[in-house]
Amino acid sequence: MRSSRGISHTHVGSLHAPDATLAVRNARDLYTRRNEGVSIWVVPADAITTSDPDAKGAFFESPAGKNYRHASYYTKSEGVKHL
Amino acid sequence: MTIPPVPYAIDPDNAATVSAEEQQFNDLIAADSRIEPRDWMPDGYRKTLIRQISQHAHSEIIGMQPEGNWITRAPSLKRKAILLAKVQDEAGHGLYLYSAAQTLGISRDLMTEQLIAGKARYSSIFNYPSPTWADMGAIGWLVDGAAICNQVPLCRASYGPYGRAMVRICKEESFHQRQGFEILLELMNGTPAQREMAQDSVNRWYWPALQMFGPPDDDSPNSAQSMAWNIKRFSNDDLRQRFVGMLVPQAEVLGVTLPDPDLRWNEEKGAYDMGEIDWTEFHEVLAGRGPANARRLQRRRDAHDEGQWVREAAAAYAAKQAVKAVA
Amino acid sequence: MSDTIEQDAHGHVDTIQLSAELVEAASVASHDVAEYALWLGDDSLVLAQNLGWWISRAPELEEDIALGNIALDLIGHARSLLHYAGAESGRTEDDLAYWRDEPQWRSAHLFEQPNGDFAHTIARQFIAAHYLFELYSALMQSTDATLAAIAAKAVKEVDYHRDHSIQWVLRLALGTEESRRRMITGLSDLWPFVEELFVDEPLIDRLEGAAVRPSSLRGAVEAAMFPVLAEAELDVPRGFISSGGGRRGDHSENLGPMLAELQVLARAHPGAKW
Repeated sequence: MRSSRGISHTHVGSLHAPDATLAVRNARDLYTRRNEGVSIWVVPADAITTSDPDAKGAFFESPAGKNYRHASYYTKSEGVKHL
Repeated sequence: MTIPPVPYAIDPDNAATVSAEEQQFNDLIAADSRIEPRDWMPDGYRKTLIRQISQHAHSEIIGMQPEGNWITRAPSLKRKAILLAKVQDEAGHGLYLYSAAQTLGISRDLMTEQLIAGKARYSSIFNYPSPTWADMGAIGWLVDGAAICNQVPLCRASYGPYGRAMVRICKEESFHQRQGFEILLELMNGTPAQREMAQDSVNRWYWPALQMFGPPDDDSPNSAQSMAWNIKRFSNDDLRQRFVGMLVPQAEVLGVTLPDPDLRWNEEKGAYDMGEIDWTEFHEVLAGRGPANARRLQRRRDAHDEGQWVREAAAAYAAKQAVKAVA
Repeated sequence: MSDTIEQDAHGHVDTIQLSAELVEAASVASHDVAEYALWLGDDSLVLAQNLGWWISRAPELEEDIALGNIALDLIGHARSLLHYAGAESGRTEDDLAYWRDEPQWRSAHLFEQPNGDFAHTIARQFIAAHYLFELYSALMQSTDATLAAIAAKAVKEVDYHRDHSIQWVLRLALGTEESRRRMITGLSDLWPFVEELFVDEPLIDRLEGAAVRPSSLRGAVEAAMFPVLAEAELDVPRGFISSGGGRRGDHSENLGPMLAELQVLARAHPGAKW
């Protein structure tokens, strides 16, 4: 669901539908009763490929310890304007 | 999804019986983190959640009926719209919860089957009839009020999909209790007949609403485990006490009397003392001997049976279109 | 831990900007415009009353929600229209909804037809939504600013109702043998009530420019419906045509019981507020 223009779609939930056409409509009726969205995507559950939950250590370990990818790593430039 | 055949270790401190994945589960719970659908979890945790979430979903669906009965007779068009929106929300909440339960490996079809076969439980409050319009007020104020008290802590339940469903539900339900309160307020500011209707309804719903928090703590065998798993955050009695504490000043604003002669402030414990709850009645209704059990289930069964051909048509159409798309 | 219960409960009441529930009247309607607003308001209210029955009884929970949304839209249209219609005579939307007897209602027979099975409800929705869509599309050009504003809001909502009905007409007609049989029956049971929607009553002559001439809608309504029926491999039903008369207060047998239910509580407490 895209909550308003300029915002990415985010996952809001699951639903049942016999086909894609009705899935979009069911999503509209179920998930936008209070103006929550301006755009809907639906994806059949079996079309989703996910990362392996058992391998999550191996999968997501690498970014840890690479603090130099974050601006806050660079403390010496603190106080210098427009950096 | 298949349920992992890992034995559930009784004693998490006994390292010999704790597998690595169980240790990880225990660590996540201890850190007050969240368990997600594809994580390993103990069978007991999975079963408890399936039972609780599906009961909760069934309650939303059966709960549409006592109020649905008044949509066609609502006494003003504004009330009609509000009531319709509220009952419709409950269908939505049922769907959110069925989806959350499905992530644990049970299908919606199976849950539906269990419900209409009378094998699944739902909140026994919905087995009471709603003979007057004031019941729309009392259900909103007392039943939804109690439900909200129960549900708000569930937003932090350790099982991710359940917590997320509850966040959405609680947000949407914030209007449910208020509209009920306002119905009663209008009645209490109205004619003598309207006031009488309101008080009568509060008399009928007060005790069943208190029962919604479940049996007393010393008679609630599953509570301790649910609390250890961070599914449940507060005990039944704590929540009930809290709820009564909120109701008393609200009843004063309404001008209704809460039907408990023993209800009084206890300075020493800083909370209200209250009368004994009739648990015999609670268990009777829970066992299916309430005033409306049969009717509620029959309605659900009829809707399901009479809708069968429609669901088949939609499935057949989808299959034909899929074949066409390939050809 | 227990101190957080308080903090949690009721901590999040919506703070969104609320939009207007009703379209505000730009002026007081003349007697004729008020009568015309009753036509439209009664159609919507009667249809919403019918659809409201489905909540907790629909073939799928998803459909409980879909039909509920449609009914809510229609109640909204009815309230705006009755609010406008009543101002001339000093009556509220509820005075009109709850305290008029059957002969004073102006709904067309189509909207009064019972829900029947799901196929009947869909057939009624299919015709009603196509008619309402073309009606409101034209009414947006009304010289009456209030009717034009109500139409501008309603047209978008009935556009979705139209789509909903089309999806189901296709699925029921082309789904299984049973659903096809039921769809054909539903459509042929409801079709006799199409004609009344296009009848020009004398009132219309007095409202040139403000009201939409019903007979002028036939072309557009048929042009939108017929291709869907063709895709659904359904014939346009022929035969019996209902004499109608709803605009003059002559109603089908269904309206009386429906009003009895709609009005029973309000009438038991004259003068009460709710």
